[in-house]
Amino acid sequence: MTNERDILITEVALRDGSHAVSHQYTVDQVLKVTKALNDANVPYIEVSHGDGLAGSSLQYGLSRTNEMELIEAAVSVADKSKIAVLLLPGIGTLHELKEAANLGAKMARIATHVTEADVAPQHIAYAKELGMETVGFLMMNHMAPVDKLVEQAKLMESYGADTVYVVDSAGYLLPGQVRERIRALKQSVGVNIGFHGHNNLSLAMANTLVAIEEGATRIDGSVRCLGAGAGNTQTEVLVAVCERMGIKTGVDLYKMMDLAEDIIAPLLPVPQEITKDSLTLGYAGVYSSFALHSKRAAEKFGVDSRDILIELGKRKVVGGQEDMIVEVAAEIAKSKIANL
Amino acid sequence: MSKVKVAILGSGNIGTDLMIKLSRSQILELTAVIGIDPQSDGLRRARELGYAGVDTGIDGFLADPELEADIVFDATSAKAHLYNAKVLKEAGIKVIDMTPAAVGPYVCAAVNIDEHLEKDNINLITCGGQATIPMVHAVNRVSPVEYAEIVATISSKSAGPGTRANIDEFTETTSRAIEVVGGAKKGKAIIILNPAEPPIIMRDTVYTLVEEGTMDEEGIRKSIADMTEVVQSYVPGYQLRTEPIFDGNKITIFIQVEGAGDYLPKYSGNLDIMTAAGVKVAEEFAKNLLKTEAV
Repeated sequence: MTNERDILITEVALRDGSHAVSHQYTVDQVLKVTKALNDANVPYIEVSHGDGLAGSSLQYGLSRTNEMELIEAAVSVADKSKIAVLLLPGIGTLHELKEAANLGAKMARIATHVTEADVAPQHIAYAKELGMETVGFLMMNHMAPVDKLVEQAKLMESYGADTVYVVDSAGYLLPGQVRERIRALKQSVGVNIGFHGHNNLSLAMANTLVAIEEGATRIDGSVRCLGAGAGNTQTEVLVAVCERMGIKTGVDLYKMMDLAEDIIAPLLPVPQEITKDSLTLGYAGVYSSFALHSKRAAEKFGVDSRDILIELGKRKVVGGQEDMIVEVAAEIAKSKIANL
Repeated sequence: MSKVKVAILGSGNIGTDLMIKLSRSQILELTAVIGIDPQSDGLRRARELGYAGVDTGIDGFLADPELEADIVFDATSAKAHLYNAKVLKEAGIKVIDMTPAAVGPYVCAAVNIDEHLEKDNINLITCGGQATIPMVHAVNRVSPVEYAEIVATISSKSAGPGTRANIDEFTETTSRAIEVVGGAKKGKAIIILNPAEPPIIMRDTVYTLVEEGTMDEEGIRKSIADMTEVVQSYVPGYQLRTEPIFDGNKITIFIQVEGAGDYLPKYSGNLDIMTAAGVKVAEEFAKNLLKTEAV
């Protein structure tokens, strides 16, 4: 079964999904989830803070458990699945990459803003040296025109990335735009192409199917949708849809459904839905992990979180700039008082 | 008043911006700009302004009996600095290291220059360090800082190939200096590049957690305001974007650094604060040298 896969799924519930639980995963939870994913024959499982290795911070949220302990736990119960880690240069460093590799992580996904691939060569080269498979993860993809994306993907390829991803961090892309992007990459780079969607506009599944149709073979999914904003492409649904379309994922549908229902659902403080905040992310083109922070800032300053998100979109804020949220919220509150 | 002679090693953007700032100094006299590329725009500019433009590198400068300097700014690269540091030490010339090499101690111009006036080589940390460590120190001198975290956001255009290829050097060096110079028990640094057009002005956010039971809001507010003035004395475009936010034992400080626009564009406050800090440190060195001579 493992040898017969048309697409290779990376499960991100233990990384992107970390946002949905405010980075509160415990070793026990990670053991349970990883074991079930491994049993379901999911090829890759990503485990890291939501903002990648070393993301635990006041800026993004402190992890309850050191992510290295979580990686170690995941590795200990994954005899078929490979454990992946995410690293954003500027946040994580070679030091954490090495630690993760030593614990048994087999794939390094190096994430940069879509126009800034050239901060990644050091990390990609080092991951290779450590014997890891490498991915160039181009975030906030909608913020660059297609020709710029192609240029940046070629850079990732030249650094040694085995796969280049189109990452729709804001859940903003429409199916036609995903098609155009994947098609352009397919024509211009020789390595695997991947797609990571967010469901803020309820388009994660449609976008993923378009990406597959255009030749993407590395696909991110999140069981029960667990991820920033409205979450990602729902893995168990993707597996079912692919099965009906004759696309082999190699993943056991029933086991994924059981994991979603029996293990993941009880973990969630609130079900992962398209709330007005996550819809606004997709509408305004804002980094999905801003949702929770904006909600908190909105309550603190007595303003509408949608106004904060729209303003952040206007200011072309990129991933990682969570410190802008409080500042914008304070400004909106001030101008509201001035207008009274 | 007699002036202390200085030279700039490196004829790129940083070296050229330094040249313009030094031309205004009352106490420093620029003698030479040293590069390795005879075609360099920086060397051509230096010669136009009446300074020696040396295109044979540090060895050429040291070999020329007509050229002298008491202090050299090294605006080359970490790798080149290792050699430069060695030969300049042998020549008895003080060095202000603007590269990430960190052969000498970390110096933040507003915080700890007095401790290092006698050193022959000091390191200027990073742009994010120069911008944020004064604030970590400002809090720490009132209430002990358990943890300090800084986020520096700079425009993509102001991040050169050297910074990009070695981005870990920024996070690691800045984190260490937050502890060593800023006084935090634990430090963390994050850097973000933003490609928006027109380019954004450098902004930094400083989060500090002070020891339980030591929060002195009034004292910290005053200390932050005082420190802001100190940094503004050599970086006029340094300012708080909004009032600091106090929340339990956490203080969040928002900073903006606009450059002086000497040679580098105004948005690149990250580069400007390095050259401004370099000049500030050199002036302190010079005052100390002149004082010693007078005695």
